[in-house]
Amino acid sequence: MLLSQLSNGAHAVVQRVLPSSADVGAATLRRLGELGFIAGEPVQVLRRGPGGREPLAVQVGETLFALRLLEAQCIEVQAMDVCVN
Amino acid sequence: MSQSLGVEPTLPIRCIALVGNPNCGKTALFNLLTGARQKVANYAGVTVERKVGLVHLHNGQTVSVVDLPGAYSLTAATPDEQVTLEVIEGRRAGEDTPDAIVAVVDATNLRMNLRLVLELKRLGRPLLVAVNMADVARAQGLKIDLARLAIELGLPVVETVAIKHNGHAQLLAQLEQHLAQPWPSAPASTASASSADLQREVRRILALVAPLAPTLGRFQYRLDAVVMHPVWGLVVLAAVLFLIFQAVFSWANWPMDAIKGAMAAVGDWILAHMASGPLRSLLVDGVVAGVGGVLVFMPQILILFFFILLLEDSGYLPRAAFLLDNLMGKVGLSGRAFIPLLSSFACAIPGIMATRTIANWKDRLATIMVAPLMTCSARLPVYALLIGAFVPERRLGGLSLRGLTLFGLYVAGVVSAMGVAWVFKRVWMKDGYQPLMLELPPYRRPSLRNLAQGLWERAHIFLRRVGGIIFALMVVLWFLSTYPAPPAGWDAAQGPAIQYSFAGMMGHALQWIFAPIGFNWQISIALVPGMAAREVVVGALGTVYALSGVDASVADALSPVIAQGWSLATAYALLAWFVFAPQCLSTLAVVRRETNSWRYPLFMAAYLFVLAYAAAFATYRITLWLGG
Repeated sequence: MLLSQLSNGAHAVVQRVLPSSADVGAATLRRLGELGFIAGEPVQVLRRGPGGREPLAVQVGETLFALRLLEAQCIEVQAMDVCVN
Repeated sequence: MSQSLGVEPTLPIRCIALVGNPNCGKTALFNLLTGARQKVANYAGVTVERKVGLVHLHNGQTVSVVDLPGAYSLTAATPDEQVTLEVIEGRRAGEDTPDAIVAVVDATNLRMNLRLVLELKRLGRPLLVAVNMADVARAQGLKIDLARLAIELGLPVVETVAIKHNGHAQLLAQLEQHLAQPWPSAPASTASASSADLQREVRRILALVAPLAPTLGRFQYRLDAVVMHPVWGLVVLAAVLFLIFQAVFSWANWPMDAIKGAMAAVGDWILAHMASGPLRSLLVDGVVAGVGGVLVFMPQILILFFFILLLEDSGYLPRAAFLLDNLMGKVGLSGRAFIPLLSSFACAIPGIMATRTIANWKDRLATIMVAPLMTCSARLPVYALLIGAFVPERRLGGLSLRGLTLFGLYVAGVVSAMGVAWVFKRVWMKDGYQPLMLELPPYRRPSLRNLAQGLWERAHIFLRRVGGIIFALMVVLWFLSTYPAPPAGWDAAQGPAIQYSFAGMMGHALQWIFAPIGFNWQISIALVPGMAAREVVVGALGTVYALSGVDASVADALSPVIAQGWSLATAYALLAWFVFAPQCLSTLAVVRRETNSWRYPLFMAAYLFVLAYAAAFATYRITLWLGG
């Protein structure tokens, strides 16, 4: 599943980073990797911005990032436990 | 000092560069190392800040230190990161290649920070690792085996606490030691490593060095639950903004009055001690008035920057951007535009300078373009004069009608900025999606030393850059409004002297343009010197109506004169004009500097003029129609 599909509070592990739409360039994908969205890294969606859609506050490793929906859709994850609905 | 990449440096080490992730406390460490002995400028050709300072070692030697912009990796994604990479590799023209690199890492986030260290190591340059914020890590119960870290990295490692008085002792000792003997450097590696490869190595090292991964304190999560809450977060944000506005507009009054008073005293002193003549006029009306016009905004700008630095240091600002990203995204701006636009309420100039934090060029340009629509403090004297003269002191449901009018003018600015940004992004710069990818760093207690040093820097930059521009313009405008002098035999009964000057001629010519929106020739003349700085319009109106004295008394004397002489429609049209007011040359000069092109400032002036004219025209006609 995609990082964008996780509910608030859910834990997961990054599987891979892949382009979600034509708007997302190679530079964005590379930067996601450089920020720590790398296979095997633990992630948690903490919350979403006002409106409940985007941006997403995502913790990867020990760092918190704000991602827009399109970036979050580029990250394929494996949900960890029962937190996921 | 310019060796090419990979060549063993000659001794002694004269220049070191600090490199690290954003938010690793690098700038605090730089401030601690160099104290007040630092120079802030721009890298040639780009608007990326360049900080250099000297560090004095205990043995009396000095080493120069460069604080390079924060970078997440050595594959540059922003102009800032590009500069960092070019300086390290010695490819930046006019910059000395640093003899050694100090990689600053956040002890509480080695997992991310060590990737950059591994990348730096592959450059094969002399490298030293400073594990910063070691105190915070210890407080979190995180134990880092620094000796083991040095072995695993194959690099010297020191511990630093950038916010403590002597927190850089180990770093200084290490620097001293390496002044005497060659700095170790790892063999250069040309093969590129992927983030995944680097992370594998980081995991291996971390397992040996700090097996117990730290977790963000519960405090951080609890605070975020409020600060980033969809409802409470916005309430907190509104309260913070209200406090800042309150501070900027009320705390600043006292020092502003003091500066005005001092300037008036200097002017009076010159008037009393110098014979009348062109030189006295230049000094009093040009130099003192010009410098005073800039200085008077210093308190507001310093108070605003105090809050911005405080919020920045504490980690709050990115959270505000997180809350507003969705809203600002609707009009095509990034949440990052929030900070520059907030600054623009004091003055568009620091606001436009603050757009440097926006990585995407088009986002940045759109933000620059709408920054002047945020009602800057220079418009306040004009608003105050017109509202005082034309809006009756009445109360509407407990609120002052004058206060409501002022508030309405601010709202008009914000609403039109949103409209303009929307049009820009849809029509002019068709571009779909822009990534956000904004780090939300842990909350930290701001350090007083950093606040003081940041304020000092901002004050310095503001005075040097803007003082120069406004000062030069003031002298030019003084010349335009003084020469040619009125003909022989002129006396004040024939009208003010300014109408014979170049500015007067321009004002009379401009009246053809401004008559349809209800401006008389006096207003048209006043708009000419008002190009330097908007608040000068008040003084210029005073000159035109043959009044004299210091600014405050001019406004007091002017109020009844214009209340009698102007129609309500004219006054409202002038208020509407000033919501958009295109005529601040120093803003345009800064836009020229920040965009490296005349295209954008010219476009900005044109679109603001059209909007101002249209708004004033509509206001004038509607007020006349309503019987005003």
